[in-house]
Amino acid sequence: MSKHTLSVLVENKPGVLARVAGLFSRRGFNIDSLAVGPTEHDEISRMTIVVNVEELPLEQVTKQLNKLINVLKIVELDPDDSVLRELLLVKVKADLTTRSHVLETVQLFRAKVVDVAPDAVTIEATGTTDKLEALIRVLEPFGIKELVQSGLVAVGRGARSITDRNTLRPVERTA
Amino acid sequence: MTTTGAQALVRALEHLDVDVVFGIPGGAILPAYDPLFDSKKVRHLLVRHEQGAGHAATGYAQATGRVGVCMATSGPGATNLVTPIADAYMDSVPIVAITGQVPSKAIGTDAFQEADICGITMPITKHNFLVQDAADIPRVLAEAFHIAATGRPGPVLVDIAKDALQAQTTFNWPVEMHVPGYRPIARPHGKQMREAARAIVEAKRPVLYAGGGILKARAAQELHAFAELVGAPVITTLMARGAFPDSHPQHLGMPGMHGSVAAVTALQKCDLIIAIGTRFDDRVTGKLSTFAPGATVIHADIDPAEISKNRVADIPIVGDARDVLTDLAAAVRTEIAEGRAPDYAAWWRQCDGWRRTYPLGYDEPADGALAPQYVVERLGRIAGPDAVYVAGVGQHQMWASQFVSYEKPYTWINSGGLGTMGFAVPAAMGAKVGRPDALVWAIDGDGCFQMTNQELTTCAIEGIPIKVAVINNGSLGMVRQWQTLFYEGRYSNTDLKRDRPQYLPDFVKLADAMGCVGLRCESADDVDATIEKAMSIDDMPVVVDFVVGKDAMVWPMVAAGTSNDDIKIARDIAPDFDYEMGEVVSDS
Repeated sequence: MSKHTLSVLVENKPGVLARVAGLFSRRGFNIDSLAVGPTEHDEISRMTIVVNVEELPLEQVTKQLNKLINVLKIVELDPDDSVLRELLLVKVKADLTTRSHVLETVQLFRAKVVDVAPDAVTIEATGTTDKLEALIRVLEPFGIKELVQSGLVAVGRGARSITDRNTLRPVERTA
Repeated sequence: MTTTGAQALVRALEHLDVDVVFGIPGGAILPAYDPLFDSKKVRHLLVRHEQGAGHAATGYAQATGRVGVCMATSGPGATNLVTPIADAYMDSVPIVAITGQVPSKAIGTDAFQEADICGITMPITKHNFLVQDAADIPRVLAEAFHIAATGRPGPVLVDIAKDALQAQTTFNWPVEMHVPGYRPIARPHGKQMREAARAIVEAKRPVLYAGGGILKARAAQELHAFAELVGAPVITTLMARGAFPDSHPQHLGMPGMHGSVAAVTALQKCDLIIAIGTRFDDRVTGKLSTFAPGATVIHADIDPAEISKNRVADIPIVGDARDVLTDLAAAVRTEIAEGRAPDYAAWWRQCDGWRRTYPLGYDEPADGALAPQYVVERLGRIAGPDAVYVAGVGQHQMWASQFVSYEKPYTWINSGGLGTMGFAVPAAMGAKVGRPDALVWAIDGDGCFQMTNQELTTCAIEGIPIKVAVINNGSLGMVRQWQTLFYEGRYSNTDLKRDRPQYLPDFVKLADAMGCVGLRCESADDVDATIEKAMSIDDMPVVVDFVVGKDAMVWPMVAAGTSNDDIKIARDIAPDFDYEMGEVVSDS
């Protein structure tokens, strides 16, 4: 199995997330993470889906996704030629004796503290999956009280845009 | 001009050339039924159960090639359409289901007769729509019909909130469709064609594996021309029966679990599969890992997702079957013109050997009961190649696929992918409505018949004179066959009569009660006369109760999950492939 990052442009309509999620579950494809959000075009949303499959099932995933009427375009992002980021918010135990150690870790990972309480701090970090996993490993000994993480979002490097109007064909026909 | 959403719906249906809608009204869809009452162009047929409406729409679509339409109210009306929608999805049938939904403000409140039918049918529709604004109705209808009928056809559901049907709007036609994510495939790729043509002329043992996509593309003529140009053996799947004449010397029969020995074996031993409009279903391939081990695969389908889904294609072709067959024929002609003509003479000697040695057949029941296969065979002979045969699901379906000789496209309609018992009667009704001049025979089992026979009342009332041959063995025959073969004859819950001496139910009386003519036949001597009697009645639906033996089995058979190499021609009897059938063709 190997991980693949798919950028899926979809029509910004109710129910589209359910269609995509339903397709994955009923065809037995495993989603590692999924993030949805707006794009620079009001009528288009973008999903970043990380799937863990072999090459051939991946072809099935994209072909089946393409059959969904609301799916406009699917691009597999090459991890070596893309910027990939996840967001992590983690609440760590930190009292007077440990706080400075925690803050040191925060600095090492270029994360930041977004909330402080007498016995805990909340840390915000962005980065690749590997970096965030490393941060969590280092914070674990202090005691993690709560952890929340976003799905991966990704964008290809360089000037090209996958949401370019020219590559999105608006089909308009009359009956 | 100003209309209500309901009027816009009916006018859109008229503009879309819908001549018939099968349905049942109810609370949420009620506004649509008022203008429908006045329509001069759209005939509404009031069925007895929404499932009947759905299968009727499918039968209509399969018989005519046009989009079938069914209509139901919200909640239970809509959920009763789920089975026929799933059925149409599996068999790629273009139908549009229109359902009423509770008023938009009530959606999500568990209102009376509320069901999230869009959510429910998401996995079994090509697409579905929830309409909450009257202004969207004409556009959505146009999009629904466009999506249902183009590309790989399939069912589309349009769920319309009651307040959208009641609201005022303006109606304009034609409408502009907006489906930017929907791109039905254009013409097949020329390079792939040349590669495929080269593989065809170089093959020693090719098989042309023809599927239902050929009928969907209305490409039977093109298949005929291509098959005769190439000269390869042709097999037609359950969904493609009639796409190529059974009597044609190149036709080896149907592949699959109950296919002919020649078709199954030719597929297994071929060196090239030319698959057109078919999907390597498990009922065709048997155990996939042992399927056609020596074959190169050319796979052409309009749906790219079917290609390499089950069996990896060596030469994938995406395109409409008619375009594919036309272009492929041209490419093969080029090969021949350049001196590379195919030569399959040795392969044909093998195929002919299998065909000669293992023709389809059946044994007369030892207990003297009427053989169901005989009934089907005689029915096919007497009703002839112009009749439309519509089957349910089970043994009778397989016998109908085996013992009726299909010579013309669109003369065989059945539930292939989903295997929906109860399909025959309502689908036959829909077929007859679509082709009123055709003789339409439903070939049904008594198990199936008891699921949906109430539509015969619809047929009687609406003047739809279908004929139904009930192959009545008093049991769920196919399940019983599996119990005989795989469960030591423990007939758990497959006996529909429990040896009651009387007719139970009495299908003749039942037919009579529903305004049909009921006939009964219990011996081989009466079969022809009974069929002819049924054929002589054309102003009422006719039900013939053929009381047959319950021990008859469908052969040949490739047991589920086993290899096609293990095909049996009767219980525990495999074909003897060592039998001398002329020269053996080798790969060298």
